[in-house]
Amino acid sequence: MAHLNEAAVKQIEEICDRYKNENTPLVMILSDIQKEYGYIPLEVQELVSEKTGISVAEIYGVVTFYSFFSLKPKGKYVIGCCLGTACYVKGAQQVIDKFSEILGIKAGETTDDGLFTIDALRCIGACSVAPAVTINGTVYSKVKVDEVKGIVEKYQKGAN
Amino acid sequence: MAKVNIKIEGQPYEVEAGQTIMEACKACGYEIPSLCTYNHGKCSLASCRVCLVEATGTKGLVASCVYPVAEGMEITISSPKAVEARRTSVELLLSNHNRNCQECDKNGKCELLHVAQITGAREARFNGAKTEVTVDQLTPSIKRDTSKCVLCGRCIARCEEAHGLSVLGFINRGFHTVVGPAENRSFKDSPCLLCGQCTTVCPTGALMEVSEIDKVDEAFKAGKHVIIQVAPAVRASLGEEFDLPIGTPVTGKMIAALRRLGFERCYDVNFGADLTIMEEGTELLGRITNGGVLPMITSCSPGWINYAEYYYGDLLDHVSSCKSPHEMQGAIIKSYWAKEKGIDPKDIFVVSVMPCTAKKFEKERPQLVTNGYPDVDAVLTTRELGKLIKRAGIQFNKLPEEEWDQDIMGDYTGAAVIFGVTGGVMEAALRTVYYKLTGKEYGKIVFEEVRGHDAGIREASLDINGTTVNIAVASGMRSAKILLDEIREGKSKYHFIEFMCCPGGCINGGGQSYVKPCFLPNEADDILDTYKEKRAKALYTEDERQVVRQSHNNPQIIELYEKFLGEPNSHLAHELLHTTYAARERFNDPE
Repeated sequence: MAHLNEAAVKQIEEICDRYKNENTPLVMILSDIQKEYGYIPLEVQELVSEKTGISVAEIYGVVTFYSFFSLKPKGKYVIGCCLGTACYVKGAQQVIDKFSEILGIKAGETTDDGLFTIDALRCIGACSVAPAVTINGTVYSKVKVDEVKGIVEKYQKGAN
Repeated sequence: MAKVNIKIEGQPYEVEAGQTIMEACKACGYEIPSLCTYNHGKCSLASCRVCLVEATGTKGLVASCVYPVAEGMEITISSPKAVEARRTSVELLLSNHNRNCQECDKNGKCELLHVAQITGAREARFNGAKTEVTVDQLTPSIKRDTSKCVLCGRCIARCEEAHGLSVLGFINRGFHTVVGPAENRSFKDSPCLLCGQCTTVCPTGALMEVSEIDKVDEAFKAGKHVIIQVAPAVRASLGEEFDLPIGTPVTGKMIAALRRLGFERCYDVNFGADLTIMEEGTELLGRITNGGVLPMITSCSPGWINYAEYYYGDLLDHVSSCKSPHEMQGAIIKSYWAKEKGIDPKDIFVVSVMPCTAKKFEKERPQLVTNGYPDVDAVLTTRELGKLIKRAGIQFNKLPEEEWDQDIMGDYTGAAVIFGVTGGVMEAALRTVYYKLTGKEYGKIVFEEVRGHDAGIREASLDINGTTVNIAVASGMRSAKILLDEIREGKSKYHFIEFMCCPGGCINGGGQSYVKPCFLPNEADDILDTYKEKRAKALYTEDERQVVRQSHNNPQIIELYEKFLGEPNSHLAHELLHTTYAARERFNDPE
């Protein structure tokens, strides 16, 4: 079992303390950790367990129940392709397939260089601009298949 | 308590307001089948859908395990709609179930098979994909087979209730859901206490002990001297395997059965328990008089030892260095007994019958070895002993009453018998410690303050020659944690603490007979609340029957020290009867 460094321990404890007056703080704590670190490995779950008294098994259950949480590190850029009903009928499947083709990974996977993760999402509430793609919080509206390459290149350039 | 008037199957009844439909029906004499709910709705996730009934004032069918009764409600269990719904629920569960019922060890005690029969589930009604299966049998204690799991969550609730931190949880969602330790690890690489409480509530064969009957068979085949020793709590539960009322003591018949199974010697672990008291009592006196680490904590329960090593590695100095009674006795069999009988220890095979699944793990600890041989070679649970007896065609209830072998060892006192109940080790030790300190027997033999049959903490103070000795007893690690945190903070006022891993002690061990009301039509409705008390009573009665009730007055124990060990805590005693502990990582990197 890998051990967490001191700074990480301190920060995770601080996140747990934020919600110590909540009756059911677990999802909020995990959300903050997910946002901060991009994933929630077992050693972090153990620390949350110690701080909250919730068993590691239960925490692991919550992490594996919600697709928002991840056990493995995600890429620097998380490409969230909405496959909700509205986006789907507007051709979202072709959009996500194009991302997969260009990056050489399937939904849920991360590129070897750690730059991109593709997430298949259910409705993100942006039906009026379907098909929608979000990348690290930026929403791309009415994405067409032939725009995908340009979007990817923009982030590849930004990273270099 | 407020009452409401309801009708069940058209008959009027007055029942307690606030009860669930299932509880109300039970009180009125109707059994609604269920797989997920457990005593008083503990763990009612209403997930199995096997308890659906029709009730007026509700929309359609309701899960009776969670739906409360209301004034004027009319409940129908037998309507075609309800009957069909329950049957479909069971058929759906079976569609994702490993239907190897004939070979399954749970056969005969399986609640899924029971509800399949009473709902009339049809063969292979639904066929389709099955959830990916995990089978974990890497520990010597508990096997987890998710192909038999119905996702009721009882195991999770029981672990949480007993120990405060469930090692099991639901993993993933929807069709991919399984129950297991975090990361779907083996129990081996998780902080599981291996106590087996989960196996006692599992409705199916998803969680069971790892059977060692084959090992015993092999030892007989190899022509070994096979010695069997039985823990005190087993006699309070074994009768249940043969449909005797819960709490029937069956010591005499059990010994008769063991003889007929061909064991060369049948010893009572009570001899080992008396020996434990001599060693542990002396250790405690030493710690009190020499300023040693206090409080001292008992070490008989291997589930507790696992808990200590996983969660309180900094407090291991507080744990008595004594091996548990059956390990002590095994060590004596392979040294003193072997020498007296002129048998090479390599030809001796010691089998322990225990109310416990953690003992299966304990016997494989590398520290528990004498002259290169393990102190104990195989551990059977009470349930496995029942199977062994049935396999041999022995009609248990018709057996005569026989006595233990008592050559060289095997005699025991009342103090030893009560080891099987929470508070028992403490009480037995106090009888001897008092004598050692004062040279007198304690006036009353019974220490009511520490007696009990349930989880929770009990405490008492004893005045010995002007010294106050504070003691505490706790069972279930949820209770133990409170006392352990006090020690960690330096606030503990106690000198001596007894911990038992299972709530109520060994009488409620994870290897005892299953208490499943659906298979116990002759027991009272509240049997899940009373079985521990009934089993405890069986042991306390045997204590009262013993002429000698203090370990230090056991004549064979006196002889063992005179002829072999010297005195308690002597060099040889330390070598044979004491052990060590080490802190463990809660989540090992799996090999």
